[in-house]
Amino acid sequence: MSVVVFAEQWEGRFKKTTFEAVSYGRRVADMLGVSTVAVVIGSLEDDPSELASYGASKVVHFSEDSFNSFDSSAFASALKEVAVAEGARSVILSGTSNGKSVVPSMAIQWEAAPITNVAALPDSVDPMTVKRGAFSSKGYVTYTTSEQKTVLCFIPNAIGAVEFPGAASVEEGSVSAEARVRVKGVDRATGSVPLPEAELVVSGGRGLKGPENWGLIEELAQLLGAGTACSKPVSDMHWRPHSEHVGQTGIAINPNLYIAVGISGAIQHLAGVSNSKVIVVINSDSEAPFFKAADYGVVGDAFSVLPQLTEAVKRFKQG
Amino acid sequence: MKILVCISHVPDTTSKINFTADNKAFDANGVQFVINPYDEFGLTRALWFKEKEGGSITVLNVGSAATEPTLRKALAIGADDAVRIDAEPTDAYFVACQIADHAKTENYDLIIMGRESIDYNGSQVPGMVAELLGFPFVNACVGMEVQGGTAECIREIDGGKETVEASLPMVVAGQKGLVEEKDLRIPNMRGIMTARSKPLNVRPAVEATQRTEAISYEKPQAKAAVRMIDAENMEELVRLLHEEAKVI
Ligand SMILES: Cc1cc2nc3c(=O)[nH]c(=O)nc-3n(C[C@H](O)[C@H](O)[C@H](O)COP(=O)(O)OP(=O)(O)OC[C@H]3O[C@@H](n4cnc5c(N)ncnc54)[C@H](O)[C@@H]3O)c2cc1C
Ligand SMILES: Nc1ncnc2c1ncn2[C@@H]1O[C@H](COP(=O)(O)O)[C@@H](O)[C@H]1O
Repeated sequence: MSVVVFAEQWEGRFKKTTFEAVSYGRRVADMLGVSTVAVVIGSLEDDPSELASYGASKVVHFSEDSFNSFDSSAFASALKEVAVAEGARSVILSGTSNGKSVVPSMAIQWEAAPITNVAALPDSVDPMTVKRGAFSSKGYVTYTTSEQKTVLCFIPNAIGAVEFPGAASVEEGSVSAEARVRVKGVDRATGSVPLPEAELVVSGGRGLKGPENWGLIEELAQLLGAGTACSKPVSDMHWRPHSEHVGQTGIAINPNLYIAVGISGAIQHLAGVSNSKVIVVINSDSEAPFFKAADYGVVGDAFSVLPQLTEAVKRFKQG
Repeated sequence: MKILVCISHVPDTTSKINFTADNKAFDANGVQFVINPYDEFGLTRALWFKEKEGGSITVLNVGSAATEPTLRKALAIGADDAVRIDAEPTDAYFVACQIADHAKTENYDLIIMGRESIDYNGSQVPGMVAELLGFPFVNACVGMEVQGGTAECIREIDGGKETVEASLPMVVAGQKGLVEEKDLRIPNMRGIMTARSKPLNVRPAVEATQRTEAISYEKPQAKAAVRMIDAENMEELVRLLHEEAKVI
């Protein structure tokens, strides 16, 4: 018996949240008293045995060419193959865009109970009982299931990665799965930290006045190694791409640090960002509602505060 | 094109979320319900398909009679007919079985749903329906064109976009980008009048198990009071983020 983990890679490298997924899987496996098997789908440059340091005792790698582009159903077939062979009790995924897309296919193919948006380790594994985020971070709901087989998909960065000692064997997997969706092209900003798995996020709102001022956000983000985000009107006006829009109707994020500049803090914005562990709000209006949700607040003009903050971070980084 | 748009009925985005005193249920008292915002984008995109090449649009909800105003609103916006499958939407698997069972006999070319319901944030029903029907599935769809029997879709991925191609019939889970905010239709007087005479068919649910159960609800912990830092002292903010918050 085992717990099977989707060890997601992007362009041959493990995603940061993959290590979090493997160690989440290992912790669930320890609760169940079973082993942890990681599944890598698609070609890989990283060393698969890296996953051992996060708790995997076995890695199964599906490297067929057909897996070089993403199809939710085909990826689920590979995971199911391993889940069946290993007599898995649970399959664990991180809630990245691909992870979220695989969960429902996996639940149907493997006839399991899926729980998404998972925010913590299980309270119990028999029956599986676990807390999940709901109502766009305005609440939590604890779910349980009487099914033996479960698929858990957790909120990236909500749990954190933990290291484990040990080694892993690596095997080639094989499955015949036909992709129903063909990928024709990918357009991804290279070098940027993708939301929603970013640990640090710098975000701008309408208070930044126009797209020409985004250099201020980007410079600070780059220095911190942070992802960049924005409020909805900013993406509606095409100052920034839609993929940066966070909030109730955009991406929900869960970083350790969220720096919000020139954002008023409307309820729909807070709905997607209030799970951030620490929130810094920079706003010229001391009455801005966002201050109520902030840990640290700065009342001031973004055009003078941001450059000063960037300089202060530079000095800090230089030690 | 024959299109099915699935609509979930959710609390308005401005709603304060409360739970019953025993924390065993969501408290819908005083909450205004609306069409799930993601589904509005899908409905408008469906209208564009119909206006360009003809066809029909059915809107569907799995829910109690309380969701009928939401379906009527979708009819007023321009759907041709509505189906309500009469059951509490207890969990994603149960709902997906209802939708798949309905779609099996109707031969839709396209099933449009939303990326997630903003109440339970499940993101599960569309992918399950696709898998139950054996259809291609494109999640987080931000653009779609159909030519002959083939769809070209743009899908949001972490930090970017992917262009994908699939054959109809298929399932897409959409969001803003399918159409823009400014393109969303709101019901006009004529729409509201004609909606009254459009069919809203109530169908019984089929047998399906519920695989998960919500057992308790809680609110997030309240935050401590904000600590204000002087705008001229960003050194102090950096120090606090490093030493106190330990996030940099
Ligand atoms: C159905 C629905 C869904 C929505 N979903 C989302 C969502 O997912 N995400 C989202 O973000 N919004 C969402 N919204 C919109 C939301 O209600 C707000 O309108 C939006 O968040 C406001 O964006 P903003 O804070 O950038 O702009 P504004 O509200 O205009 O605020 C700008 C802020 O910048 C400050 N400011 C101005 N000049 C400066 C300066 N020089 N220096 C520093 N500060 C300055 C101002 O004091 C103000 O607080 C949604 C709305 C609806 C109706
Ligand atoms: N009860 C329901 N009735 C009809 N469609 C639904 C229902 N629940 C979810 N959906 C559809 O599935 C999408 C994603 O919902 P969810 O999986 O609940 O996050 C929604 O945007 C709807 O299109």
